[in-house]
Amino acid sequence: MTQKLVSRLIEAIANSIIANAEVLTTLDQAIGDGDHGANMRRGAKALKTQCDEISSLEFAAALKKAGTAIVMTVGGASGPLYGSALLGMAKAASGVPKNAKEASVVVRAGIDAVKARGKSDAGAKTMLDVLVPVQSEIESGSSIARIRTVAEESLEATKPMLAKKGRAAFLGERSIGHADPGAKSAALIVHAICDVLEAQ
Amino acid sequence: MSDSVSIVIVSHSPAVARGAADMVREMVGEEIGIAFCGGNPDGGLGTDVGAIASAIDSVWSPRGVAVLVDLGGAETNSEMAIELLDSEKSRRVAICNAPIVEGAVMAGTEAACGSSLEEVKKTAEEFQS
Repeated sequence: MTQKLVSRLIEAIANSIIANAEVLTTLDQAIGDGDHGANMRRGAKALKTQCDEISSLEFAAALKKAGTAIVMTVGGASGPLYGSALLGMAKAASGVPKNAKEASVVVRAGIDAVKARGKSDAGAKTMLDVLVPVQSEIESGSSIARIRTVAEESLEATKPMLAKKGRAAFLGERSIGHADPGAKSAALIVHAICDVLEAQ
Repeated sequence: MSDSVSIVIVSHSPAVARGAADMVREMVGEEIGIAFCGGNPDGGLGTDVGAIASAIDSVWSPRGVAVLVDLGGAETNSEMAIELLDSEKSRRVAICNAPIVEGAVMAGTEAACGSSLEEVKKTAEEFQS
């Protein structure tokens, strides 16, 4: 059961990232260095290549293996950030979370790892501006539909924000008015996970 | 060489990394270990955790290794690479918060004097042009 779930999650997340790589690149060209799409696509392809091997593992080991694959292949700052999220989740997970409460603990551990790696928090116009509110929804037992909405609203909410981290921070006030590419990739991942869970 | 702190230069661009390393080499000759890496795993602009870890290993010195980085991802990926080393080694690797070219030259010069990792890092970080 774990095997099927993990391989479905990898397929859904990787396919969504690959399909939207150009969108991520366009967003990143506006306020960053324009490599987010290409970097994320490289990570997604590595996950697909290693899908069988990763999904043959226990859940926590699968998270760790996927995190390592991302760290070693992505090449931009998003590699260590998403990689650390998976490695952080791997440390907190025992098996597949059995309910929303358990899932929220695992996701929180992943988010804490991103905060530590990026020396950042919500409010700096980053992926955390999507991940943090989504985690709160999971923790309070919200429906999948609600989680999707919050991911989308949180992504939109990054537009008026002033970037404080990464290359976008160099732009200062010029970063205002554009959605954050990391928040966009985070929202894509959240939606892909929701797709898989809804189809269960 | 293992009596001195070594220098590792990590840039998004292999050409920048090589150029900065050339400048350090010109200052200090063969007295210290210098390694550099740049480019993502596909060879485009970016940085590569595995390549950074290999660069650190290639000039490993028990005195320590000072790492000079350029922008964002170079720092994040270097931190990740350092964590992947065994903990004995990772405690003796420091990322310098300094401009990559000037910082590398200052760090290299300090390292060639036989200074400690802390002193090398401080000299690189205190540099003001």
